[in-house]
Amino acid sequence: MATTVEEHAAGGLQIHPMDQFVVKPLFGHGPIEWYTPTNVTLWMAIAVLCVVALMVLSTRRRAIVPSRGQSVAELFYGFIHKMVEDVAGHEGLKFFPYVMTVFLFIFMSNMLGLIPMSFSTTSHIAVTAVLAMMVFLTVTLVGFYRKGTGFLSMFWVSSAPLILRPILALIELISYFVRPLSHSIRLGGNLMAGHAVIKVFAGFAGAMGVASVVPIAAITAIYGLELLVAAVQAYVFTILTCVYLRDAVGEAHH
Amino acid sequence: MATETHGEAEAAAGMPQLDFATWPNQIFWLLVTLVVIYLVLSRIALPRIGAVLADRKSTITNDLAAAEELKQKAVTAEKAYQDALANARTEAAKIVAQAKTAIQKDLDVAIAKADVEISAKAAESEKTIAAIRDGAAAAVSEVARDVAAELVAVLGGGADATAVKAAVTARLKG
Repeated sequence: MATTVEEHAAGGLQIHPMDQFVVKPLFGHGPIEWYTPTNVTLWMAIAVLCVVALMVLSTRRRAIVPSRGQSVAELFYGFIHKMVEDVAGHEGLKFFPYVMTVFLFIFMSNMLGLIPMSFSTTSHIAVTAVLAMMVFLTVTLVGFYRKGTGFLSMFWVSSAPLILRPILALIELISYFVRPLSHSIRLGGNLMAGHAVIKVFAGFAGAMGVASVVPIAAITAIYGLELLVAAVQAYVFTILTCVYLRDAVGEAHH
Repeated sequence: MATETHGEAEAAAGMPQLDFATWPNQIFWLLVTLVVIYLVLSRIALPRIGAVLADRKSTITNDLAAAEELKQKAVTAEKAYQDALANARTEAAKIVAQAKTAIQKDLDVAIAKADVEISAKAAESEKTIAAIRDGAAAAVSEVARDVAAELVAVLGGGADATAVKAAVTARLKG
């Protein structure tokens, strides 16, 4: 262990881009049980506080002419409400609070993750996988509950020639079960990759002396890109949630 | 302790995301977070924002209706104003015409009277002028006769007064 550190030090370059993702207990160094308060807990709690501040505190005056905070809250409300209605259909509006929860959590976590030294909870597959599995299970259960075995008709493409239908059914089935995987890894992977790249450039900046202007400029540029990624990935996750919900509540679109 | 540190270091070297020992912890806290956000949103935030948006919509609709009504009123008022203006103009034109006729009548009477007076005065003047002229002509022949008689007398002719008179009169006519 000591020798490795010395070797790294001798090389002059000591970059640990993945250290930022380590889950640590907030107090002491004990093992991480399921209930242990960790940095995950801390940053999720901050995300909750941000959501409460934005959606509850800033709207407490219920002003007809909104304040800046209330405008933002209304903007999010209108944006997601319209998305759910347009994509999942009018029936999908029952899931509006759920979709809003998912969107605000991911958006806030992504943005909080961009604060230097913070911990981005949405860069963890454990988190995104749970979010995606919740969507997957909701869609499956609600679909069977509302449509019964008719839900299975979405795998049986009635507009295709009869010979192709079993093959298409197999492909549809596979794609259906791959959904939670792509849904979760798209978000987690994007976040993790961006943050790791920033960390790598930051490591260069620490080791290059005057020439570190170059990596610092690169970090600035990538940071702007990451802001975009943070918003876009929250949007993508949410709109895919709506698309999947349409399978459960909307008319068949195949 | 040492092994744990070693384990952490290994996790950091690989992907902490794939350190499944931390998954129960993350999943537990994620579920807590989602439930809290869901309850806050569905119980407080979303109904409130929805009510505010509905309120605003109805306020805007009402305001637009009120504005439309006021606009209608303004149009009516403007029409009434234009009507009043047109009436006033007609009335004014009528009064002007009346005044013009009255003035013309007065003027005509005055002009006629003046004409009569002028012609009377002119006739009188002509008469006077004629009298003066006659008087002047008579005086001239008188003076000529007297002067001729005197001249004849002075030159030594004992001319007959009647002959001189006849000669002068003939000369004056000639």
